Amino acid sequence: MNVLIDNFPEILDGFIKTLWLLLFAGLIAMVLGTLLAAMRVSPIGVVRGAGTTYINMVRNTPLLLILFLFRDAFPQLGFAVDFTDYFNFFFVAATLGLGLYTAAFVCEALRSGVNSIPVGQAEAARSIGMTFSQSMTTVILPQAFRAVVPPLANTYIALAKNTSVALAIGVTEAGYVMGKLTNDNAADRWWIFFGFAAGYIAIVWAIAGTAKVFERRGAVSR
Amino acid sequence: MKFARTSAIAAGTLLTLLLAACGNDAGSPSGGSNVDVTVADKPEFPAGSTMAKLADAGKMTIGVKIDQPGIGFLKPGAEMPEGFDIEIGRIVAGALGIEDSDVTWKETISDNREPYLIDGTDDIVVASYSITEDRRKVVGQAGPYYVTGQQLLVREEDKDKITGPDDLKGIKVCSVTGSTSLTTAEDEYGADPVPQGTYSECVDALENKTTDAVTTDGAILLGYEAENPDELQVVGEPFSEERYGVGYKKGDTDFCQFITDTLQKAMDDGTWAKAFEATLGQSGVETPEPPKMDPCQ
Repeated sequence: MNVLIDNFPEILDGFIKTLWLLLFAGLIAMVLGTLLAAMRVSPIGVVRGAGTTYINMVRNTPLLLILFLFRDAFPQLGFAVDFTDYFNFFFVAATLGLGLYTAAFVCEALRSGVNSIPVGQAEAARSIGMTFSQSMTTVILPQAFRAVVPPLANTYIALAKNTSVALAIGVTEAGYVMGKLTNDNAADRWWIFFGFAAGYIAIVWAIAGTAKVFERRGAVSR
Repeated sequence: MKFARTSAIAAGTLLTLLLAACGNDAGSPSGGSNVDVTVADKPEFPAGSTMAKLADAGKMTIGVKIDQPGIGFLKPGAEMPEGFDIEIGRIVAGALGIEDSDVTWKETISDNREPYLIDGTDDIVVASYSITEDRRKVVGQAGPYYVTGQQLLVREEDKDKITGPDDLKGIKVCSVTGSTSLTTAEDEYGADPVPQGTYSECVDALENKTTDAVTTDGAILLGYEAENPDELQVVGEPFSEERYGVGYKKGDTDFCQFITDTLQKAMDDGTWAKAFEATLGQSGVETPEPPKMDPCQ
């Protein structure tokens, strides 16, 4: 127990970095995932094919492999720069990797939402002269987002826990602090494990709670 | 439907080819060492002791590192790792009457050393395992059989900029996740830690400039410098004392005494020095005096 209290500032630092990873990777995944979902339901075959190819490649590749690819390939291409001292190269590589990986899942969750909107909605939008992007942004996606809150929350919960994989490419997030503490306090392993599990549970609760708020709001306005 | 079947067949074929490509590795060099280690002929031990159990079984599992040149290193394709830790393992196994071929060399990374000893996966761990008070609370550590110290490896062009631990503040320093060296660099000298899975990944990171220094025990760093002397440089004096010990299951004092006696004998009869010359000594370091070992608790 004492090991958790004595090292609290350090543990907090670790979880703050985990949250930064979650935030940036989550934003990338949301933006790219939405774009991909639009591509996958696009009326243009080439665009649809490109979206499908991305999903098939990224979703079928283990996350760790993607992260290793970013860590090893970027320096080869000459992009081995630190954004800042805190957000160093390894953080940037992990954020991009996590973001691009999660985007595939966000896309599929959104696409399931889009497919849940009756086709009549799209036809109605088109019949009053809306372009594809207009009907997507004003008619389909707002409704789709509501239907996808639970699967999206799942995706983000998975992302929150996946951030711990970033340790493997050298990001000093919560998992790193945990490894450090277990190494220095071999006798207190159990306390450390449970303490860090509790930290992740708290993050997941926050995501689930946010999802609940969105769900409730969506239900009222429907 | 037809498309689905075709792609299933295509995927199956691809997998088969991949597996076939991987299966062709037999008959590679076996690694190991050429230091003569006495293998005892049917040694006698008190009934019920760990030594008797291992000697009767005629085989044992030793946890070692496989990514530290000079200490414990498995060459690509080799069957047996090589290095100073491996020689120490052979000395202990030999005293139990166990041949090299009956030893299972189990890769044991820093984070696994205690769990593997506690659950019995490894009979002993000889894996650049620094003796610390805290580790001795959960496992036993006999020795030290070797004393080294933490040093820094930097790029040749930085050797005047980073000359010792006091230059580390705010500098990216790489070491293996879970190692004492990384904690020391971070907590005592204010370095920005870059944890990686293996030392070779750290050296890669140093070469591609995603880290500015690599830190760990000097012996390991010298091995990497020797591989690439034009670009890498070990700088500064050792700034910590790492006492490598042999890990065993906590509480087995008789076994500890046996390991300590065996190592003492190897130190006295020159086997220890020969083992050193054949491994760490290859990087040009002089063979040190054998360290004085702790009494078993």
